[in-house]
Amino acid sequence: MGVFLAAEPSVPATPEWLLWAVLVVPVVSFAAIALGVRKAPRLAGHLTQGAVLASFALSVVALLDVVAADGGVAIFRHEWFTAGPLSVELGVRLDGLSAVMLVVVTSVSFLVQVYSQGYMAGDPGYGRYYAYMSLFTAAMLGLVLADNLFMLFIFWELVGLASYLLIGFWFHRPSAAAAAKKAFITTRIGDLGLLAAMLLIWTRGGTFAIDEIHELALTGALSGTTITLFGLGIFAGAAGKSAQFPLHVWLPDAMEGPTPVSALIHAATMVAAGVYLVARFFPVFEVSTDARDVVAWLGAVTAIMAATIALVQTDLKRVLAYSTISQLGYMMLALGVLGYVAAVFHLFTHAFFKALLFLGSGSVNHATNTFDMRKMGGLRKAMPVTFWTFLVGSLALAGVFPFAGFWSKDEILRDAWHENRTLWAIGLGAAFLTAFYMFRAIFLTFFGEYRGGEPPAHGHDDDAHGHLIDPAHPHESPLVMTAPLVVLAVMSVVAGVFNMSGVTDGFGRIVSGALPEAEHHAASFEWGIALSSLGVAAAGILVAWAVYHRRVIASSTLRSAFLPIALVLEQKYFMDHLYEGLLVRRLFYGGVCRGFELFDRYVVDGAVNGTGSAVRWAGDRLRMIQTGEAQAYGAAIVGGVVVIVVSVLLANPS
Amino acid sequence: MKSLDIVGPQLALLVAAGLILVIDALWPKGRRWIPFVALGGTVLAAMYTTSWVARDEYPEWFAGTYVLDRYAVFFQYVFAGIAALVILASIDWVRSARRSESEYYALLLVVTSGLMFLAGARDLITIFVALELSSIPQYVLAGWGKDERSSEAGLKYLLTGAIASAVLLYGMVLLFGYTGTTHLSGIADVLRGLGGDQRPLLVAAMLMVAAGFGFKMAVVPFQMWVPDVYQGAPTPVVAFLSVASKAAGFAVAMRVFFEAFRADFLVDDWSLIFAGLAAASMTLGNVMALVQSDIKRMMGYSSIAQAGNFLVGVAAVSAAGGEFTLGASAVLLFVAAYAFTNLGAFIAVIAISQRIGSDRIADYAGMWRRAPALALALAFCLVSLTGIPPTAGFWAKLYVFNAAVRADLVWLVAIGVLNTAVSAFYYLGIVRQMFLGDAEGKPGLRPAPGAAVALAVAVAGVLVLGILPTPVLSAARDAVEIFARQ
Repeated sequence: MGVFLAAEPSVPATPEWLLWAVLVVPVVSFAAIALGVRKAPRLAGHLTQGAVLASFALSVVALLDVVAADGGVAIFRHEWFTAGPLSVELGVRLDGLSAVMLVVVTSVSFLVQVYSQGYMAGDPGYGRYYAYMSLFTAAMLGLVLADNLFMLFIFWELVGLASYLLIGFWFHRPSAAAAAKKAFITTRIGDLGLLAAMLLIWTRGGTFAIDEIHELALTGALSGTTITLFGLGIFAGAAGKSAQFPLHVWLPDAMEGPTPVSALIHAATMVAAGVYLVARFFPVFEVSTDARDVVAWLGAVTAIMAATIALVQTDLKRVLAYSTISQLGYMMLALGVLGYVAAVFHLFTHAFFKALLFLGSGSVNHATNTFDMRKMGGLRKAMPVTFWTFLVGSLALAGVFPFAGFWSKDEILRDAWHENRTLWAIGLGAAFLTAFYMFRAIFLTFFGEYRGGEPPAHGHDDDAHGHLIDPAHPHESPLVMTAPLVVLAVMSVVAGVFNMSGVTDGFGRIVSGALPEAEHHAASFEWGIALSSLGVAAAGILVAWAVYHRRVIASSTLRSAFLPIALVLEQKYFMDHLYEGLLVRRLFYGGVCRGFELFDRYVVDGAVNGTGSAVRWAGDRLRMIQTGEAQAYGAAIVGGVVVIVVSVLLANPS
Repeated sequence: MKSLDIVGPQLALLVAAGLILVIDALWPKGRRWIPFVALGGTVLAAMYTTSWVARDEYPEWFAGTYVLDRYAVFFQYVFAGIAALVILASIDWVRSARRSESEYYALLLVVTSGLMFLAGARDLITIFVALELSSIPQYVLAGWGKDERSSEAGLKYLLTGAIASAVLLYGMVLLFGYTGTTHLSGIADVLRGLGGDQRPLLVAAMLMVAAGFGFKMAVVPFQMWVPDVYQGAPTPVVAFLSVASKAAGFAVAMRVFFEAFRADFLVDDWSLIFAGLAAASMTLGNVMALVQSDIKRMMGYSSIAQAGNFLVGVAAVSAAGGEFTLGASAVLLFVAAYAFTNLGAFIAVIAISQRIGSDRIADYAGMWRRAPALALALAFCLVSLTGIPPTAGFWAKLYVFNAAVRADLVWLVAIGVLNTAVSAFYYLGIVRQMFLGDAEGKPGLRPAPGAAVALAVAVAGVLVLGILPTPVLSAARDAVEIFARQ
């Protein structure tokens, strides 16, 4: 492994206004739509696309500047306000990591929005949809550009809000509203960790600035425990957003949103934020072995667990959802084994092929009116563009040479191999499963006989398209939908070239420039690891082919042979039951809330009339005053004083 | 005349109150101007306060029993602002209630003047008199509504308030017995000389004083009256007492505790007491708010929980540390933020409930379609109550928790953060109802002009404080300078 010493990076020549413009343009488009353009839906759509396209162009300029500066860092910082001990700054930071993210976010977002013109055509909420999309993109861009944790947190929460609005876009469907709520609450739990990390670094380190936190970590100015706790808090926030075990439960349900939204969430915005956050504070994890181990192992568990659940899903979008969780686990695993470049590279390539796969599934839905793979089949002929692009995406995801996923996955596995063989083996197992479930999906969807789709609902409720779908005769989607598929497919093939191990390493060098240490280890190609990962991918595809295409063994036979395992997988390891049933319903509502309610009803009210009337403001309340409820209240005041005095004196008798 | 000059703001309010009664009695045609006379009174009071600020003079009155320092000035602005907003928001509501308008506005002005006296009182007797001056009209106001529920609320408020006053008075008597003086700084001097062996009865005295003020602040366990009174009393009155009365409770409590009980062996005790009360208030308030179906009752429990947040700041004094007043300044910021936020929420609730004739949260479903601006304003205030940026509530919470962390009360902050998460459920639950609920073709509704102006001012306050908290924060820091340890 050669050590590549970069020529001293310089500061990118990008002017500050350009960076702010990247963020402000979509904000303006959001505001314009919210303030009235919403009533002219088509204009709203074009406005959003134009805004994101402009952001994209500016992002490319910024990225080129960073490349020209050989991965240098530019920071523009302004004091927002100071008051005594608290000083908060407003700033943007341009470096390899943020530049790459900017390009990924804006490009995927743009393609998704072009595609949405077809997918969302005729939806009564078309204008609203584009307003949310602008907000979502702007929030993500702000998150990426933020140069301090405080500002990052604000945009982090905005991303959460926008995703809530988009997942619950069809809010008249109870399932969509529930999914939006679940996503919001689950990610909020992780955010508590992030908030704790912020408080910790501020009280101990006195700063929110990213570069200063890097310094604090690397110079050892803070105790190891503090750094570890900080890292774990950061990771907790990331685990919520990036759907890591055990906070992954919201992502599959988030399928309730419109499919282009899923594509954006899964590829470039929401879930990428978590990985980005950990990558952003990578020096912290370099220093703290404990925090790093947690990241690596939870990532590995997530990767394998989600992959196994994906095996038994019958809903095409859910297969993709679990696949995303699994791939995010991969990225976390990479970060946990010091594979910073590998993780960011995988984030980069994954964005393209996962967006492609989601948009492809949306295209299939557009033709068949269903996501249920049991009702599809044989679509290869009816939808050639969708099929070929979906195949490209699947090959990339499965990690087949020479598609983009091969290069990034290979790099992760190589980093894992050098750090921890067990983690490597888990990663390899997940790679096998990935190839298997993706090709299971391909064979079920595109091969065999067409199984009829889903007759259109009369209520015009399901994925409310305005125009007619004829699921009996599936047809290819319109050009606005297929064109983004083709563009993404091309990217899924070629995105690997930026960091082919042993051939090119430009990506790694640029991205590494974001870290305080300037040196970058250029990855070398290792045949053994590449061949083993290719081998398992081929094996996975082969098994899928045998079971779902040649039908050497019927899948039902397989299922009954492994019935207990299949059941556990179909129930997603019972995680939802645990959370919903036990924690929320039994413990919280059943225990805590009910306890307080009973106290209020029987002790407070009951002290007076003995029966505990549930009707609180009936006319006979006047009588109850005379019987002395107010006395009970007064007694509480006096009693409270006595109890507290006694307890204070007992607790601290001196 | 110098002596009357000091209480000019209060006099402005009282003169306006008198004028209102005269107009009502002698000039029936002029009655429609009454709300504007009241409004003028508050504006005049604020201008009078400003004149003192411009003079940069902070005098005392009657041998130091009343002062006009930066701390009192801060609260005078808060009270004048609250009164002005409530008056604006009440105009339409009071007119349609068909009770004596003049009474309502005159009482409101008298209460406000009492609260201003309270913020400047530095003597136990002055404090007690000011407290009663502000309390008794509030009891009447709570019972001002025409229905039985309002009468019940007024009577309950009076009875429980009387008990709280009695407890407070016992505490004051104990203190007087120990120290032989009623002046706060005199008490502090004597207490500093006392040893730890006097502690048990002093703790009892402190707690009785705390209970009297705790009633005003509505913190556990002195909060029992809150849900019933909030539900029964007229909504604008509730809006007023949920912010003004609470703020006054904190104003006087902090002055008494930071000034009279500043001896080291007492600070540790009351810091612990307030920390415990804070934890209990936040938890009980939030959990109970979670299960309410009536919005006013929910706001009642929410105000208990918010009082717990204030108390975190009060508890955040460390006897050892140098930043004795950091928590106090955080509380002042919280007071300002909460005044805008809670008033905004209540004004929206007044506007909505008056039109739909219901306080049930379920009836807020789809409000976004019926009254977009109202729904948006209410949602913004609820977001601020939760403590999400870019709102005033966010900074308030941040500063309070920051002060607590610096005073080594990390456990309390942990409870506070958990409670914030719980509170998001019911605050944002209403937002969800309004935006995602179904209105089923119910008619749109518009707020009255006065309420609309008041709401716009409140929301603008929440937003401006949310983006630029610095001016208010530095005012708060200047205000609590008087508590600093030399």
